[in-house]
Amino acid sequence: MSTKPQDILLGVDVPIDAGLQRAAGGPTQAIIDEVRASGLRGRGGAGFPTATKWQLAKDATGEAKFVVCNADEGEPGTFKDRVLLTERADLVFEGMALAGRAIGASQGIVYLRGEYRYLRAHLESVLSARRDRRVLGTAILGIPGFDFDIEIHMGAGAYVCGEETALIESLEGHRGEPRNRPPFPVNTGFFGQPTIVNNVETLALAARIVHRGGAWFAGFGTPASRGYKLFSVSGDCEKPGVYELPMGIKVMELLELVGGLHAKAVQVGGASGRCISRAEFDRSLCFEDLATGGAIMVIGPGRDMLRVAKNFLEFFVEESCGQCTPCRAGNVALLEGIELLIAGRCSMAHLHELKSLGETMRLTAKCGLGQSSPQAFLSIVEQFSDEVLGQQPRA
Amino acid sequence: MLIQEQRVLEAEIIALADKHGRKRSALLPILLAIQEKYHYINKFAMQEVAALLDIHPVEVYGVVRFYSFLHAERRGSVMIRMCRSLSCDLAGKDAVARQIENDLGIKFGETTADGRFSLEYAQCLGQCDRGPALLVGDQLHAQVKCSQIHTILEQARAAFGVYPLRHAGVAHSPHFHYDPMAGRAS
Repeated sequence: MSTKPQDILLGVDVPIDAGLQRAAGGPTQAIIDEVRASGLRGRGGAGFPTATKWQLAKDATGEAKFVVCNADEGEPGTFKDRVLLTERADLVFEGMALAGRAIGASQGIVYLRGEYRYLRAHLESVLSARRDRRVLGTAILGIPGFDFDIEIHMGAGAYVCGEETALIESLEGHRGEPRNRPPFPVNTGFFGQPTIVNNVETLALAARIVHRGGAWFAGFGTPASRGYKLFSVSGDCEKPGVYELPMGIKVMELLELVGGLHAKAVQVGGASGRCISRAEFDRSLCFEDLATGGAIMVIGPGRDMLRVAKNFLEFFVEESCGQCTPCRAGNVALLEGIELLIAGRCSMAHLHELKSLGETMRLTAKCGLGQSSPQAFLSIVEQFSDEVLGQQPRA
Repeated sequence: MLIQEQRVLEAEIIALADKHGRKRSALLPILLAIQEKYHYINKFAMQEVAALLDIHPVEVYGVVRFYSFLHAERRGSVMIRMCRSLSCDLAGKDAVARQIENDLGIKFGETTADGRFSLEYAQCLGQCDRGPALLVGDQLHAQVKCSQIHTILEQARAAFGVYPLRHAGVAHSPHFHYDPMAGRAS
């Protein structure tokens, strides 16, 4: 693997608007082709191929098209988008403009989570500076017909709005309840018009890819997970923070970098991710193995795994939108199960029932939130069964 | 709510609707603006917004109840949100949470008797690498220590135009708030 270039997202030498300069005047299909050549997959965690999404939206017909930047970074343990929006906002907006050019959209919307409202003034000032530099607004870079502007829309504290159809519902002024898919937003999105919803990091990477070329980016990472990825590292380690690392890095290598080799467990992917024990530390962080939006929570020796599981389940009980029964009722039942385990009163038979309920939730919940909600519970009771069973009741 | 107050609110909501547009997608921006100024969205406001956007008031109520930053019941002028996610938990949020309760004299989910502070848990605030984290209004505090809570609350009192406690002695009593306009509030 080659050494890390200094001009990806968090390098010291990242040019602004180089991608826009390079591609804005050319054919719009070339932008998508470059992104396809890079193998870029969605950085929110689901890993959908970005070029495919853009191509579908480009080919869709509609009165207007929309580019939505999903800055509803609500997954516990994830904060990379906060860092990007703080330090690389220009790149994100450049990526949005390129996406707009590629699919034929003239309006971009940043859906910024309510918890990040303190970032809004900064983002507005970056947008306004971009309008002054003619890289946003009408006739961008003097190219007739290249009109694209961005507005910021605030979220109001709902984790589920990070799911793309729930986000669109919220933009339209509704409760943030996920829609059935299909139809997908690329055909029937914001107000029924073709809409792409991309993660903050995905958009910023697209800008770098259009500048440096798809082959450059595809030269890093693994066959199914190209390029670099931002990892949000927190918990019991010496150096928490955002790390930009090649896809496919092993958990053990990452722990060494962050000073967390003593870890007892690692929660990969936040509350909706899975918990792995030391036995699995040689697994790789990429879509073909441990897929993640980048959240790495290091759990040190001596930590109580039931407390960890309880924290995540309380989160899902609170954040379930309540639309479908597996998620609404299932998470409450799993939380009650954790409380039984904590009280030391859970039989093996009951634990089996809870696991089977978890499997049912994984299969039958309506959206990604519900389907992934039992994962932390399932992986913790499996990996740490000897720790969680037979607990002595605490005072 | 007094008729005069209703008229003021009505005018403000009309101005908001003109600013954001009288369309359904303007609902959240309008509600967030009302929430910011009044710290909750009362039934009169919901009906007024509904009429302007041509939707049923219950639609507005449903949206208000869905989002955790919108409230149908009165909250304090300053909302304090403590992150409850695992990373902040590992970083020691429980001790900080207890100290906030001690210094404000209320529990999570409550509002101080003078209507100035509300205390709630938030889901992840996205500060996992520097927990425990707090939002005091829009002001972010990271790596908070118990010993800093008093100062953070005093800063909030000053920055948000709430009268500071004049006597050092009473600052330790959660039940006594110096208020030159006593009798008017709460």
